[in-house]
Amino acid sequence: MYKIDCTVAVIGGGPAGLAAAISAKKEGAEKVIIVERDNALGGILQQCIHPGFGLTRFKEELTGPEYYSRFTSRLEEEGVDVLLNTMVLEVNGKTNKIICVNGEYGLTEINAKSIVLSMGCRERTRANIVVPGTRPAGLYTAGSAQRLINRQNVMVGKKAVILGSGDIGMIMARRLTLEGAKVELVVELMPYLAGLTRNRVQCLDDFGIPLKLSHTITAIVGEKRVEGVKIAPVDQNKKPILEKEEFIPCDTVLFSVGLIPENELSKGAGVEINPITNGPTVNQYMQTNIPSIFASGNVVHVNDLVDNVSSESETAGKYACLYANGKLNSNSEVITVKTGSNVRYVCPQKIALQEGKASLYFRVLSPDENVTLIAKDGDTILARKKELRVSPGEMCNLSIDVSKIVNGVTVEVVKE
Amino acid sequence: MIKNIICTVCPRGCSISVKGENSIVESVENYGCKRGIEYAKAEFVCPVRILTTVVKVDGKDELIPVRSNKPIPKSKILECMEEIRKTTITLPVKMHQVIIENVCDTGVSIVATKEF
Repeated sequence: MYKIDCTVAVIGGGPAGLAAAISAKKEGAEKVIIVERDNALGGILQQCIHPGFGLTRFKEELTGPEYYSRFTSRLEEEGVDVLLNTMVLEVNGKTNKIICVNGEYGLTEINAKSIVLSMGCRERTRANIVVPGTRPAGLYTAGSAQRLINRQNVMVGKKAVILGSGDIGMIMARRLTLEGAKVELVVELMPYLAGLTRNRVQCLDDFGIPLKLSHTITAIVGEKRVEGVKIAPVDQNKKPILEKEEFIPCDTVLFSVGLIPENELSKGAGVEINPITNGPTVNQYMQTNIPSIFASGNVVHVNDLVDNVSSESETAGKYACLYANGKLNSNSEVITVKTGSNVRYVCPQKIALQEGKASLYFRVLSPDENVTLIAKDGDTILARKKELRVSPGEMCNLSIDVSKIVNGVTVEVVKE
Repeated sequence: MIKNIICTVCPRGCSISVKGENSIVESVENYGCKRGIEYAKAEFVCPVRILTTVVKVDGKDELIPVRSNKPIPKSKILECMEEIRKTTITLPVKMHQVIIENVCDTGVSIVATKEF
């Protein structure tokens, strides 16, 4: 078997992997390698040709390809190695060996001192949400339609209905329209928009595409190709009111119904998975329960801004390098961050009680206005910040001084 | 004429009402901040958007993503798409290389957003 030795191995060459690899190299890792299964770097950003990326990090609105190019253009000068067209089959959490397969080298073994998991997430599909009806051609997740249209020059259909008002769904409604298709309708189960208002304005309203809230698809109709969908309003328990069902003719249905972190490799390695985020439980260094394995980006928790992915991945890369070089103390006491009122989860979930600062990223359970975000240890306030508006779709953050923690940390969002 | 404009400057999404005729704005109401006033005025007079799409590469199975280097009037978006769809390019292409100059007389250029 072909063998490669390296200091830090990064699995996945999307925005998380790119930032982690560059950061590990800058921190002084001798050999850093990115293992990517696609034929090019950039991950999902390659097909996100629309603008809206990088406002926080670069203070300008970039398209996906422009955003990742700011990282890929630095790989050579930083001296990061890249293995493309390489599928990782197994990560061994005990030996730090990665087994992967590549057309040129065949079965390959990578021996790393530390590993960064940055595999991103996958789309939920029709099967995940169980939509009744037939199984004809013409059903796509919004992301696969996006890849076909933006990277493979394949048009997916002429008349579409989109289920889910997440940002990808709305962006695809615009994209289909610009490419000459007719988007009949966007259907959303919840009584409110899942994505950003700005995307409703620029992707739906601009092109007169109707949006039906509190509605769902009750059946897919068609034998060989989709012939249409049945839609119906839902009651307060999200149950379809079938008496009000109507038929919408279409030849294509896109599903934009959420994302799930991709953790088959993590689980195989013995990494502990958090039941709320569906990603690895990590500490402030983005280190998992296996000290040599770090994780960052959407594999840990689904982010709304790539800018956040880049910064937490830089943390992962930096500490993966320090661990590999024996400079990260892994024996300190570890506490679990608690969630207080209106907080669904906090990432990192653990904090190793050492020197330095920790960035806490968290999401609220329900929308609110004029609130204060607080991180506290008993009665001691570690950090606080006022926000005019919070919503489950927008990540909040606070930065705390770890050396000030005595007993534990609770994060809450309160009205004062 | 009164137009209700949903502000897209920040995620709050204020519903701002603008009163005026053609390019003259008489009043702006229900705005949340100063940036909102500016946005609503511009949106009332002439809404503009950044256009992004892809162009085909001559004889190759490859698409290159492109964008307008400045916002294009909303009313001209579909016309510009027609023009871009007819265009093919040859490789190599540099980041922000001009693909179409002054697309549909908008004074805006279509540029590549990828190096290949």
